[in-house]
Amino acid sequence: MRAMAASSARFLPAAFGLFCLLCGVAIVEGMLRAGLLNRFIVPLPTEVIDSFGRLFGDEQLLARFLTTVQETFYAMAILAVIGIPVGTLLYQVPVLRKATETWISALASAPIVLMYPLFLVIFGRSPATIIVMGVIAGLPPLILKTIEGLSGTRQSLINVGRSFRLTRVQMLTKIMLPAALPTIFVGLRLALIFALINIVGVEFLINFGGLGQLINDLAERYDMPGMYATIVFVILVSVLFFFVTERLERWLRRMS
Amino acid sequence: MNQTPQSTAPMAGQLPHVLSADNVTKKFDTAEGPLVAVDNISFDVRPGEFLSVIGPSGCGKSTLFNIIGGLTPDHDGTITVDGEVVRGPHPSIGMVFQEESTFPWRTVIDNVCFPLEIANVPKAERLDKARHFINLVGLSGFENRHPSELSGGMRQRVAIARTLVSQPKILLMDEPFAALDEQTRLLLGDKVLQIQQELKQTTLLITHNITEAVQLSDRILVMTYRPGKLKRIVDIDLPRPRTSDVVSSPAFGAYVAKIWGDLREEASRGMAESERAR
Repeated sequence: MRAMAASSARFLPAAFGLFCLLCGVAIVEGMLRAGLLNRFIVPLPTEVIDSFGRLFGDEQLLARFLTTVQETFYAMAILAVIGIPVGTLLYQVPVLRKATETWISALASAPIVLMYPLFLVIFGRSPATIIVMGVIAGLPPLILKTIEGLSGTRQSLINVGRSFRLTRVQMLTKIMLPAALPTIFVGLRLALIFALINIVGVEFLINFGGLGQLINDLAERYDMPGMYATIVFVILVSVLFFFVTERLERWLRRMS
Repeated sequence: MNQTPQSTAPMAGQLPHVLSADNVTKKFDTAEGPLVAVDNISFDVRPGEFLSVIGPSGCGKSTLFNIIGGLTPDHDGTITVDGEVVRGPHPSIGMVFQEESTFPWRTVIDNVCFPLEIANVPKAERLDKARHFINLVGLSGFENRHPSELSGGMRQRVAIARTLVSQPKILLMDEPFAALDEQTRLLLGDKVLQIQQELKQTTLLITHNITEAVQLSDRILVMTYRPGKLKRIVDIDLPRPRTSDVVSSPAFGAYVAKIWGDLREEASRGMAESERAR
């Protein structure tokens, strides 16, 4: 009985959220069918749902999705290789940190996607442009969170390292980076979201690659149900990424 | 029963000192001017001795702990270990901190292995040693747990085992049981006594808890409130081996009353000063 109550308490918010979403969809469907909304601009939700089958078949939605995932993966790998060491370096050199932290924070809130013509000139209409744009968008949050994580290392842990006469490198690798890992992971999660937004955005703008290009193609063909279905798919991908990384982060937090 | 601070010089025939503090003074610059946290403190620690430093909050106990541990090098006077001046963290001094200091990302055994890993001890040997000290602190069976799965008292025992595994000459502890309830504290006191008796471990404990100090110590250094000076040294002449049962003896009560008599004046002064500062 108690287990049932706990189970319902756990799933009730999600069920209520889904119910609200379905109500919203039903209201839009009703308004479109009643002529209150223009069907040339907003397709019927049922048409959007129907178009998923053809998107997977004719438009190779899965292959497009995998292209975007691959670009995101490369961007994340580059981000981790650059962002964490840069954050660590800025933490270790206070002058450098003070000189750059404000700029990095400003960059985190800037519309970096507008820089795409520059990289289009440098790398051409290629995955490199898309990946670089993803990397640039994800760098600021990752660098800032790495600095925050290292700065937040508990003094008692640092004192343990000092009492065992750790070298500077040992202090960093054996104590500070592991202690900062949960916060660095938050940075990686934010970087992933920023990178994904920019990757799909640049794919759309340069009409190349995965899901962004598909949205562009469908918009140009005026396939409104297909375009909306792809946008819904991108949102679902974001939700999936968010869910997986949130679980990972919770696990990391529990460990610390 | 007690000595004046001046009587700490080694007498002929006594064991040599393993640690000596000589005229240690530490001043901090504050907005209100220089603050003397530790004022001209001198004492010696004999091999195998359990020595406690007790004083009211704010008397500079933790500052003294950091100075002895080599974490605060900028001070006057000298700390020597076997005649060698301590200028930073010393291999002969193992420290246990008041705050939670186990590594949350490591299991119990990996925490205890840490100093051996740093010293590049082969894996099989360090696991053997770690298991021995985990057993010594009574945590056998918890080797693969993470600190988050342990109680506060168990985590402090992990920290003690991690320090002991590096086999320091002097175990230096700063109020390791301050965050624990009284019963757990007494039981952990038993464990510390057992370890100290088994290893003949020279131990220097910083504490503000009178019963803890009397339960564990051979000698107690009583400090004054700011500036932290040495007020008195009390020899604890209770039989060893000891357990927490000693707290019910009349002699124990007499020592507690005596030390409280010394501390009451200092603690009152500290309380009055902190109330004035508000």
